[in-house]
Amino acid sequence: MAQGGYAIELRGISKAFGPVQANRDISVAVPKGTIHGIIGENGAGKSTLMSILYGFYRADSGEILINGTPTAIPDSQSAIRAGIGMVFQHFKLVQNFTVLENVILGAEEGAMLAGSLSKARKVLGDLSREYELDVDPDAVIEDLSVGHQQRVEILKALYRQADILILDEPTGVLTPAEADHLFRILRGLRDQGKTVILITHKLREIMETTDNVSVMRRGTMVGTVKTAETSPEELAELMVGRKVLLEVEKAPATVGRTVLSVENLSVTDEHGVIRLKGVSFEIKAGEILGIAGVAGNGQSELLEALGGIARATGRVTLNGAELPLSGAGADGRSRRAAGVAHVPEDRQHLGLIMDFAAWENVAFGYHDAPEYQKNALFMDNDALRADTARKMERFDVRPPIPTLPAKSFSGGNQQKIVVAREIERNPDLLLIGQPTRGVDIGAIEFIHKQIVALRDAGKAILLVSVELDEIRSLSDRIAVMFDGKIMGFRDPETTDERELGLLMAGMTGKGEAA
Amino acid sequence: MERLPKWADLVLVPLVSLLLAAIIAALVIIAIGQDPWEAITVMVQGSLMDGYGWGYTLYYATSFMFTGLAVTLAFHASLFNIGGEGQAQLGGLGVALACLFLPWPHWTLALLGATLAAALFGAAWAAVPAYLQAKRGSHIVITTIMFNYIASALLIFLLVDVLRPDGQMDPATANFPEATALPTLNQLPLFNLFFTSKVPANITLLIALAAAVGVWALLWRTRLGYSIRAFGKSEDAAKYAGINPFRITMIAMLLSGALAGMMAINNVMGEAGRLLQNSASGAGFIGIAVALMGRNHPLGVVLASILFGFLFQGGAELGMWTKIPIEMRVVVQGLVILFTGALDVMVRMMLTRIFAAFRGGKAAKGAV
Repeated sequence: MAQGGYAIELRGISKAFGPVQANRDISVAVPKGTIHGIIGENGAGKSTLMSILYGFYRADSGEILINGTPTAIPDSQSAIRAGIGMVFQHFKLVQNFTVLENVILGAEEGAMLAGSLSKARKVLGDLSREYELDVDPDAVIEDLSVGHQQRVEILKALYRQADILILDEPTGVLTPAEADHLFRILRGLRDQGKTVILITHKLREIMETTDNVSVMRRGTMVGTVKTAETSPEELAELMVGRKVLLEVEKAPATVGRTVLSVENLSVTDEHGVIRLKGVSFEIKAGEILGIAGVAGNGQSELLEALGGIARATGRVTLNGAELPLSGAGADGRSRRAAGVAHVPEDRQHLGLIMDFAAWENVAFGYHDAPEYQKNALFMDNDALRADTARKMERFDVRPPIPTLPAKSFSGGNQQKIVVAREIERNPDLLLIGQPTRGVDIGAIEFIHKQIVALRDAGKAILLVSVELDEIRSLSDRIAVMFDGKIMGFRDPETTDERELGLLMAGMTGKGEAA
Repeated sequence: MERLPKWADLVLVPLVSLLLAAIIAALVIIAIGQDPWEAITVMVQGSLMDGYGWGYTLYYATSFMFTGLAVTLAFHASLFNIGGEGQAQLGGLGVALACLFLPWPHWTLALLGATLAAALFGAAWAAVPAYLQAKRGSHIVITTIMFNYIASALLIFLLVDVLRPDGQMDPATANFPEATALPTLNQLPLFNLFFTSKVPANITLLIALAAAVGVWALLWRTRLGYSIRAFGKSEDAAKYAGINPFRITMIAMLLSGALAGMMAINNVMGEAGRLLQNSASGAGFIGIAVALMGRNHPLGVVLASILFGFLFQGGAELGMWTKIPIEMRVVVQGLVILFTGALDVMVRMMLTRIFAAFRGGKAAKGAV
C-alpha cells in the first residue's frame, strides 16, 4: 500500500478469558505511515487486542509481525523495544513530577539523573518543534491541563523512539479545540513516517482523521475499509450489526409553563473552592436544556446541587415550590418526593451499588416507596424482583436477570437499569448526566429515544454531557458552562460547533476572554 | 478470571483453612514434645462427646454469637467495631444494676429487664465513638479501642469503690438475688434429656439464636437493613439515594453495641450470678474472628461461634488433663484466626487453581 509494507500485522489472534472469547481469530494489517482507526462497541475486544499488542496479555494463538518480522511481545518492555508506544485513556503520569521527570521515568540512563535530564530536554525541544507538541519541560504535571498532560504521554512514547503509536479513546477528556490540535499532531506524526492506531467509538473522529478503519464486533474483526470510501452510517451498521439511527428523531418542542427555575445557584466544595458561580436559568415543561462544557467546569456540582447531594446557595423552585438547598430537605430523598429524578454522571460510583443485585438497585433511592413494602416492617422483595423484571423487559436490559449483581452487566445495560429506574417514576424534572458515557451505540439510540419520549410527555429535562454531538442533537436549548458560570445560551438550530467550542474554552463569541 | 463454585467457597475454603491451622498446631505441639493426637482426643472428648462438654462449648458459643453478630452488623455499614469488649463489659454493668437494684418477681421478667439494660448500656458505650465517627470523622477503630480501655478502668473503679459490698475481698458486686437466676439448659424441658448434669449454658443461647435470625431479617428484609448495606458499600452512592450517613452510622453502631452488651446476660446473669472484673474475658475480641470466619453472615457467625466455643472448652480440657499448657489454646485460636481470617485469600487462590486445573484436565479429556 503506502511507502513500504506494514508496520503491524496481526494474524489469527485469539484470546479467551475463561468462557469469554474476547478476541476470535483476528487478522489486521496496518500499513506504515498511516493513521489506522479501530472502532467497535464496548466489549467488542478493542482494548484486549491492544493489550495483546502492548504485552499486557498474551494471545492464546496467533502471530504478531512488526515491520514484517514475527515478534513475540511477552511484556510491555518488549513492546517498547519493538517501537510501540501507547497513550492510555487514563494517563499514567506522576502528578507531582515535572514533565521532564515523567518523560525519563523508566528510561533513565545510569544512576545519576542529570545526564538523562539534559538529554531529554534537548530531545523534547526537537520533538515539540517538529510536531507542535509544545509543553514546558519544567512544568509540574498537576498544573497542566488535560490536553497538555496527554501531550506529555505522547512525548513519553516518542522519547522511547516509538514508531507505532497507539491511542486509546484519546479525545474523551478534550475540548473540541484540543481534540483538533491532537489530530493535527497525529497527522504530523504520520507525515514523518510514524504509524498511528486510534481506538475510538466516535465515528466523526474516524471520518476526519484516519486513512483506514477496522471495525470490531463481539470479539471478531468484521472488516477493514478505506476511510475515504465509507460513511458513518456504514461504519455504525458494521459495528452494531444492524441499521442504526445516528440522528435523534424528534419533533419541535411544545413547551409549557416553567417547571424549574434556578436563580444565582452557587456551590462551594469542601476545600472552600467555589465550583458553581451563581448560575441562573429556567426549564419549561416539554423542554430539554443541554449543558455543554468540558468536564470539570461546574456541571457536576450543578447536578449535585439540584439532586440534593451537594450544599448550595441561591434559589431554586420546582413548579413554583422552593427546593431547600441546604439543611433539612436538601437530600436525595426529599428531591425524589418533590418529583426530581436524577441519573448521575457517574453511574458506577453514585447511581448503582455494584455489588447489589439488579433488583436491589432498582429500589435504590426508592426503597421507601410504598409499593416495595410488604408491611410496616419488611420490604416486599418479591414485588421488587417482579418490578425489576418488568423494567428490564421494557428497557431491553440484557441479560434480563434481576438477581444478577450490577457489576456483571455491561456499561450500557447498567445505564439502562439506572435510566429505567429514574424515568419510570415519571418525574416532573429529570436530571441526567452523561447519559451515554461508555454506552454501546445501540443502547445510545435507545436511551436518547427515552429522553425524548419523556420530554414529549411534557416533562422538563436538564441534560449534562461532554459529548457535543449529543448535546446538539438532543437539546432544545443549549447552555455552555465554563469555570462555574454559564457563558451563554444558544439555539442548537442556529449555532455551530465552532461557536460552542469557543464558549467552552471561556471565550465569548467576539473572541475575548471572559 | 476463574471462579470457585459457591459450595466450595462457602464450605471448602473454611474447612481447608481449619485443616491447615490444625496441622500447624500439631507441629507446635510436637515441637514442645507432646502428642498432638492425644491433644485432639482430649479436646474432642471434653467438649463434644457428652452433654457436659457441650454445655460448656455452647456456653462460650453463646457469648461469641452476640459479639460476632455485633461485629457483623456494624461491618455491613462498613464500620469496624472493635469495641465489643468494652460494650460487653458495660452490658454487664447494666445487667448487674438491673438485677441488684430492681425487685424481680420471676426470672422471665428479670431476663427481659436485664436484656434491655444490657442492650442499653452496650449501645450507650458505642454511641460516643459512633457520634465522633459520624460528625467528626474520628476513625471508629481507634475510638472503640480507646473505649475498651475506658470501660475496663470504669468497671474496676465501680467494682472496687462503689458496687463492692463492705467486707468482701474481691472486686465484684454482691450475688444477684435468687429470682434473677436464669435456667440452665439442664433445667429446661427437652434440653434436660441431653444435658443431664449442671452446665453453664443457659436460656440465653436461645436468645442468641433469635438474635441471629433477627440480624439476618434486619439486614436483608427491611428498609433499614437495605440502607445500612447500601451505605456500607458506598457512602457517596448512599447520599445520592437520600440515605442519611449520620443516621445510618448512629443506628448501626447503637445496634452493634446493644448486641455486644447483650452478651452479658449469658455470662454475668446466666453463669456468674454477679458482676466480676474483666467479665467479658476477651469474648469481644473473639467476636471479630467469629465474624471474619462467618463471612459476616448470621448463619456463619453461629457456626463459627460453636467452633470457637469448642476451642475454648477443648483448650481448657487440655490444661486440665494433659501436660500441654493451657496457653496452647491461645496458640490454636491464633492459628485459626490467622488461617480463616487473614490467610483466607491464600487458601481461596490455592483452591481456585486446583479447581481450574481439574476443570482444564476434564475439558482436555473431553476434547480428545
